[in-house]
Amino acid sequence: MLESIQLSKSFGKLKVLKDMSVQMRAGQTISLIGPNGSGKTTFIKCLLGLVIPDSGSIHLYGNNVLGDWDYRRYIGYMPQIGRYPDNIRIGQLFDMVQEIRRGTYQRTDDDLLRAFDLPKLAHKTMRTLSGGTRQKVSACLAFLFDPDVLILDEPTAGLDPVASEILKEKVLAEKAKGKLTLLTSHILSDLDELTTDVMYLMDGQLQFYQSIQALKEQTGEEKLHRAIANVMKQHPAA
Amino acid sequence: MKTATSSMSAALRLATDTDTSTRVTTVNPIGRIIKYVLFDILQNRIVIGYTLFLLAVSLGLFGLSDDPTKGLISLLNIVLIVTPLVSAVFATIHFYNSYEFIELLAAQPVRRGIIVWGQFWGLVLALETAVCVGIGIPVAIYAPTATGLVLLLAAAGLTLVFIALAMLASVFTRDKAKGIGLALLLWFYFTLLYDALVLFIMFSFADYPLEKATLVMAALNPIDLARVIVLLQMDISALMGYTGALFREWLGTGAGITTAIVVLLLWAMIPMLLAVRIFRKKDL
Repeated sequence: MLESIQLSKSFGKLKVLKDMSVQMRAGQTISLIGPNGSGKTTFIKCLLGLVIPDSGSIHLYGNNVLGDWDYRRYIGYMPQIGRYPDNIRIGQLFDMVQEIRRGTYQRTDDDLLRAFDLPKLAHKTMRTLSGGTRQKVSACLAFLFDPDVLILDEPTAGLDPVASEILKEKVLAEKAKGKLTLLTSHILSDLDELTTDVMYLMDGQLQFYQSIQALKEQTGEEKLHRAIANVMKQHPAA
Repeated sequence: MKTATSSMSAALRLATDTDTSTRVTTVNPIGRIIKYVLFDILQNRIVIGYTLFLLAVSLGLFGLSDDPTKGLISLLNIVLIVTPLVSAVFATIHFYNSYEFIELLAAQPVRRGIIVWGQFWGLVLALETAVCVGIGIPVAIYAPTATGLVLLLAAAGLTLVFIALAMLASVFTRDKAKGIGLALLLWFYFTLLYDALVLFIMFSFADYPLEKATLVMAALNPIDLARVIVLLQMDISALMGYTGALFREWLGTGAGITTAIVVLLLWAMIPMLLAVRIFRKKDL
């Protein structure tokens, strides 16, 4: 469904992504993990066309979408740090994004909006929001247009346990509908229940990409973070 | 509070109802982007302040003397310095302050080029309105002549050019201070340095016929170009010697004025096309 082929990117002399080739299928929930600065966010931004890769290509439904823009209608994106115009109110922000995307989507999905009780805060300006509420807004925007692919960059960072739980349930619900979800996180246990596959990135290089099942069988560990720690020992890339 | 809430849910409902029919259309949301850029500009009151400032200066200068031509000359000098400066600085600051909005748009199914053009036209609409009200109204009252019209055109043209140059400076670097510095440098170059350079060249090559070269050099600076167009309308080009006569011969005609306007438009289009090109390949 979504595929990257030999994606490479460097910022100046620093090689951030090296020949990243992965295939992602509908129904998968993929955890993209790796230490700080391993290229997770750059990879995600390449998929979205926010960062232009030096070489390689990106395919969605078999079409090369590099340099395209229209394919973004199929992707919902929640950035790591959601930055929004200061003076805009939450309600206006949602109205604005919908107006700008008018004609690119079939239906809106405001389940998360309701679950987070955001309509109550519609009159608040973005400047006055706490980091957690901002994250909630970002999450709602990602799910708003019922996209086929969800890309969530550190979705649970900054969310309180209740909100975090609501978001996880939403991701599960979307997975049941056959959506592809790609999410990054440092906190592994947090994502245990969601993930079907793990992608491990280090220094811009894909170390492994396996299903949870295979990972657990291979290492004999039941807990995801133990299994990953185990594999990391076997891949002494650092 | 209630109205904001209901408007959000109303928008949600509206979108759900209508959008199946438009699914296949390729949207071109530049108008919607311009709308939000304008909305954002009007929220801070700088443009309104700028309008009032231009209005006060224009009315003041026309009020100082009985001869509207004198008023026009004084106004010309203000216009040549103030409109490029305010346009360049305001456009650059606005671009950097809209970075969040731009990032948000870039993750939506919107062309990168549309984002930059949307910013540009939003700024153009806001600042040209300020010029038309702040300079246009006093000119219409005190000096409704061809010269007055040309002065207004020059101010509008310079505003356009310096917004475009500011956009170019803005996409060049991510650093706000560097971007504003670059925009100021461009203004400083075209206002002061360039003229000093031209004077230096003319002084050094005083023994050679430089009239045609001067004409070209004027066209290479939008501010000089604007100044020359207006001065030629004022019948004081005789003061400019043989070069002035040549200017008169070339630019005094309808075709000359048209050429000058086209050159000014090129001064806006080329930096904008460059800015779009750079922004399309930029990592956000």
